[in-house]
Amino acid sequence: MPALLSPLGPAPSRWKRLRSELFGSRVDGLISIALGAALVAIAFGLLKWTLFQAQWAVIQANSTLFAVGRYPIEQQWRLWLLTALLAAATGLSWGLLRALPRDQPSGQRWPFNDRLAAGVLVALALAVPLWLQLSLAIQLRWWGITALVLVLRWALARWGSDVPRRIQRLVPLLWPGLYLVGMVLISGGLGLIQVAPAQWGGLLLTLVASSFAILLCFPLGLVLALGRRSELPLLRWGSVVYIEFIRGAPLITLLFLGQNILGFLLPGGLAPDRVWRAAWVLTFFAAAYVAEALRSGLAAVPRGQLEAAQSLGMTMPQSLVQVVLPQALRVALPAVVGQFITLLQDTTLLSLIGLLDLLGTARAVMANPAFLGKSAEVYLVLAVLFWGCCAALGLGSRALETRLNPSEQARYQR
Amino acid sequence: MGPSLRPAATTPWWRNRRVVPFAVQAAAGLVVLVVVAFLLGNLVRNLTAAGLLLSWSWLDNPAGFDLAESSIPFSASQPYWLALLAGLVNTLKVVVVGLVGATLLGTAVGSAAFSSNGLLKRLARGYVELVRNIPLLLQLVFWYFVVFLALPNGVNAIQLPGLVLAKSGLYLGWFGEGWQWQLPQLTGGVWHAPLRLSVEFGALLTGLVVYTAAFIAEVVRGGIAAVPQGQWEAAHCLGFSPLVTLQRIVMPQALRVIVPGLNSQYISLAKNSSLAVACGYTDLYSVAETTLNQTGRAVEVVVLLLGSYLVIDLLISALMNGLNAAVQLKER
Repeated sequence: MPALLSPLGPAPSRWKRLRSELFGSRVDGLISIALGAALVAIAFGLLKWTLFQAQWAVIQANSTLFAVGRYPIEQQWRLWLLTALLAAATGLSWGLLRALPRDQPSGQRWPFNDRLAAGVLVALALAVPLWLQLSLAIQLRWWGITALVLVLRWALARWGSDVPRRIQRLVPLLWPGLYLVGMVLISGGLGLIQVAPAQWGGLLLTLVASSFAILLCFPLGLVLALGRRSELPLLRWGSVVYIEFIRGAPLITLLFLGQNILGFLLPGGLAPDRVWRAAWVLTFFAAAYVAEALRSGLAAVPRGQLEAAQSLGMTMPQSLVQVVLPQALRVALPAVVGQFITLLQDTTLLSLIGLLDLLGTARAVMANPAFLGKSAEVYLVLAVLFWGCCAALGLGSRALETRLNPSEQARYQR
Repeated sequence: MGPSLRPAATTPWWRNRRVVPFAVQAAAGLVVLVVVAFLLGNLVRNLTAAGLLLSWSWLDNPAGFDLAESSIPFSASQPYWLALLAGLVNTLKVVVVGLVGATLLGTAVGSAAFSSNGLLKRLARGYVELVRNIPLLLQLVFWYFVVFLALPNGVNAIQLPGLVLAKSGLYLGWFGEGWQWQLPQLTGGVWHAPLRLSVEFGALLTGLVVYTAAFIAEVVRGGIAAVPQGQWEAAHCLGFSPLVTLQRIVMPQALRVIVPGLNSQYISLAKNSSLAVACGYTDLYSVAETTLNQTGRAVEVVVLLLGSYLVIDLLISALMNGLNAAVQLKER
């Protein structure tokens, strides 16, 4: 290898490295030129289509439908309130995270990644509402929500360390609390008018279904993973049968089962509504995959850990919770988040059983003769949206992984 | 013997190693048993009330619907079981062709990650990141509605050597009568070829291959990365070119890591083929859906569906286990 044989000297400049990577040999040069030309042509064609040929009216006219479906207009203030609460919680947690002393080795309150994220947020808040041609009132709301995130982020990073520790510890509890508040705001009850799940749609339905399934499939998967590794034969075989049955079946057949057979399995009237049936099926489906991801994490914890914990007199639950699981979860984290990303993508299957999630809404919109033949525009927007969400989840998982693994930090830094 | 020498007497029962496992299993078993009995009881009661108690005789009734595409002769007057079988054959067709295509593309992309060319390397990485983060269903409807249904027809069809892409179908050159190589021909504004594939099949196949290849590429990349760097260096010293090194030295060793990973990707391709209904291909699931709508036989149809996919999964697993045994290191 040339790099190994070259004598030690100053590191090659970026330009030289790029040249050796692209034009190292004659064949490499030819490949680089051909690929480069093709890429430029594709990028140019796509840009030309996006700016001049695509007709974005189909998105602009249906932006509300894509966001919340047929949620009643006079009740939509609840969703705005929820968005504002979520924004506030995000700003609070983000700022506090940066204010904690262990995160400031260099005394930086605004590390590069944060400046980047804030910049992207501002750009999105300015560009997207304008592009969607939303009314000024709604544009103002989006600007306000963005400002809320950034102002809280700034304030907490500045003065967060003065907040008493007792209150700091309450912040993580904000999120589960907010989830319950959110479910009440979305579906009604406690004095609010009921909005039936059949009226939820678009991004709202996608997010409700996927967040519900993500939250519940984790504990379920954990129980199954522990069961599969248990020494008790009945628990082990029960878990194996469940996991293998679910993993052997395509999700669409299970959703189909949920829609058509669940009504027969439960006494009359007890079966949940179509949306919740689908959400439960997603949960039970994802649990089997999460269980397999967690099992690999559990397998990575040496047996001696459990034995040592037990010889110290810990009970089985104690040694699992305090010794084995913290180590196993750290190892299993990337695989589990990978399953969550898959789950988010799998919510598109709801459109195949007649529910109006993002993709279902898109199909319904395109059935409208006014927007016939505009599928490229709609699918491109959905693809960008899904890609953004999944890539962000993946990035977050990688960041968390490095954070939880300080001893290995150096290995991941290049 | 005083009582202090008998630990069993001082250990509370909830920490007794002989009692607890038994009690936990008994409790779990009881819960499962009660739930299953409750669900089955409801099922039998509700099905009896609806007059749909388990029966398979309806499979012999005439289906009454036509299939858009079938590899075995089928018409509406033939029984349900034949319709379902035709759907199964269609599923198997797309799965088998898809497995081959995804393996080829995935291996190419996965190996490209080790190219000396920086652009090619980043392009392979970009392909994987792009495809894995977009839902398969969205990709399938994209290929069908945006790409394949927008193909021109007749004279304007896209003509490649031995292959014509038109909205009416994909026409391939193949051996016709008397084993004569025959190219697609345009007669009277309509294309004819010995081998015609529907655009639905084409869209589903493209979507499945492009999506699965991204995952296979990661498996292949992991497998190649697991081969020690010294193997490359040794081959380089012996004068092998990079491509030959990959083919003759690295790949045979990488396969030991790759094959088990491929198994699960193959199974997920087979299961994902059930999304065919999104691009109008008549696979097993779409025939089953129509069958259920016509007969109301929910339980039987779901049992048939789950059973069929289970058999396909097991078949793939068995084949891959055989392959795995073949590529494993043989030690004395």
